[in-house]
Amino acid sequence: MTEFLQHLVNGVSLGTIYALIALGYTMVYGVLKLINFAHGDVYMVGAFMGYYLAGFWRLGGAASAGGGATPGSVVRAFLITAASMVVCGFLGYVIERFAYRPLRDRPRLTALITAIGVSFLLEFGFQLNFRGSNFPPGPTPRIFPTLFEGHDTGWLSALGVNLYTTDLLTLGVAILLMVLLQWIVYRTKFGTAMRAVSFDHQVAGLMGIPVNRIISWTFVLGSALAAAAGILFAVTRPRIDPLMGLMFGLKAFVAAVLGGIGSVPGAMVGGMVLGLSEEFVAGYLLSSYRDAIAFGILILVLVLRPSGLFGRTTVEKV
Amino acid sequence: MRFLRVVAAAALVLAIGCSKKESSEILIGHVASLTGSEATFGQSTDNGIKLAFEELNKAGGVKGKKLVLKTLDDQGKPEEAQVAATRLIVNDKVTLIIGEVASSRSLAMGPVAEKNKVPMISTASTNPKVTLDQQGNTLKYVFRVCFIDPFQGTVMAKFARENMKISKVAVLRDVGNAYSVGLADFFEDTFKKMGGEIVTDQSFKAGDQDFKAQLTKIRETNPEAIYVPAYYTDVGLISRQVRELGMKVPLMGGDGWDSEELYKISQGALNGSFFSNHYTTESPDERVKSFIEKYKAAYGSVPDALAALGYDAALVAADAMNRAKDLSGPAIADALAATKDFKAVTGNITLNEQHNAVKSAVVIAIDNNAGKYAATVSP
Repeated sequence: MTEFLQHLVNGVSLGTIYALIALGYTMVYGVLKLINFAHGDVYMVGAFMGYYLAGFWRLGGAASAGGGATPGSVVRAFLITAASMVVCGFLGYVIERFAYRPLRDRPRLTALITAIGVSFLLEFGFQLNFRGSNFPPGPTPRIFPTLFEGHDTGWLSALGVNLYTTDLLTLGVAILLMVLLQWIVYRTKFGTAMRAVSFDHQVAGLMGIPVNRIISWTFVLGSALAAAAGILFAVTRPRIDPLMGLMFGLKAFVAAVLGGIGSVPGAMVGGMVLGLSEEFVAGYLLSSYRDAIAFGILILVLVLRPSGLFGRTTVEKV
Repeated sequence: MRFLRVVAAAALVLAIGCSKKESSEILIGHVASLTGSEATFGQSTDNGIKLAFEELNKAGGVKGKKLVLKTLDDQGKPEEAQVAATRLIVNDKVTLIIGEVASSRSLAMGPVAEKNKVPMISTASTNPKVTLDQQGNTLKYVFRVCFIDPFQGTVMAKFARENMKISKVAVLRDVGNAYSVGLADFFEDTFKKMGGEIVTDQSFKAGDQDFKAQLTKIRETNPEAIYVPAYYTDVGLISRQVRELGMKVPLMGGDGWDSEELYKISQGALNGSFFSNHYTTESPDERVKSFIEKYKAAYGSVPDALAALGYDAALVAADAMNRAKDLSGPAIADALAATKDFKAVTGNITLNEQHNAVKSAVVIAIDNNAGKYAATVSP
């Protein structure tokens, strides 16, 4: 029982991160029908931004090269996260403006290949290192500073389960962001415009909706969420490197497909299901089958229910 | 692609013309992970080699020629290590090649050295297969200056049974890593033979960030210690997650733990843990003391075992080149194979038939977030 509950806690903690990244995939797909493969790398950039900002503000142990560290605080952690979300939001805007917008009316495959190109640009751009320089970071992993000290809440210690404040905070922030997103998409004018663009951007344009601006903001939102995910993940698992978004981004994509790509609640549920199933497979069956399970799920979903758990089945009209 | 690059490089060299003039320098290649997850391995080794070359050159070099080092970075990737070795041999025509630390990368380089008849000295690859071919015959041109994992696994198993007096150990290994898999197997074999029990054997892949699933599983089996034969970045992360899950048991490991980074990442989570290593900085031996002094003067830090092994590899190479009748690959290889009782920092090096150094190992205890000498185990 203890083991089961602990796996549950671990799985949810992992699943929230998948869900946050999956939201970005799903929003962009919903609006543009484009799978933005660079999204996982925006997540990586988010984590690195947190690292650099923390170093700039002399926070935590690792960033300030061992000495002179001040203990982290929730307020500063929040500020760093917010700043990183702004930077990545801007990065998302730049990517859309210069890589995807010029290709919007080309065949969809062109944009997809460009997405892969942008992904490589970020991954390998960050792996460059001019001797001794701090940025770009180069291929050596960096250790993410302790933004705030996590400790055991002790709430579940009677059951022998360790529940960390960091896990709770991650979950709390993630749920908050998701609710906020749901509100934006379904309760605001911007959200209505976004959904209109996702139906047909040409017609939406004719109705007076500023299509370019809506699409830009979609990228900004998704990228900001990825940045938040990057930092939340790095706080508990403090190793960051330029390739960290590769596998993680792919898995989040699986989560988005599982939930039904284009659906916001679907991305959340998909992320949770993926995190939990990975955790239980690694815990109860074979730990090395961890990645296999993610892609096994992708294949099963594509075979059995291509539109995902929450996706609408669309009939191709001839 | 990579093959094409190699072919192109080879063609270029041919085009320029192989004018192998009699020079006053001996070019030695070094393949190292200067960046990547095991960056300190490559950097320390490179520092060690440079220090040795400086001394050797000051003393007149080898056969009156100066030693020149050319180091290529492999970013900690086996395929890059192979390309780097090929480049050094084909392009730069090095006389001898030093490297790598990690077994997976030395395994990728070995066949290149063998095919081109250029001697290669691995500094710290402990997997037994490094100096052997597929059939288990010794490669003529591949050597190492460290002990091998059947011994290293025994060291830790013995230490666990006799000094720590524990009988239930869980193992967590890196499945994609020849070093980790080999060491875990040898440890388990000996530990079981000595009456211990392996309660569970879990695995992860290098680069994984989240180990809690495996560790939760391990926690259920109530081990008295967890054996994690992996490299320092992974071990640092694992140790923190072990403590987050409320486990207080010590961790045990091998020479892959030896890096200053380990303590920075683990932030005290490894206190009370043990790992086997090639040498200790606390040794009263004069050779060790003077090496540490020189290294500190040159680089301002205490040399880890990788630096010491890099230094030793360079000295062993110079010794063999001095004894060799000429500086051709086969002659140097013969001289290397005959290395006997060479007085090095990490112990006296005698290369056996499999080209392995037979030396004693030390066990390092981690206390107060720093390594302290705990015991010496002889073969």
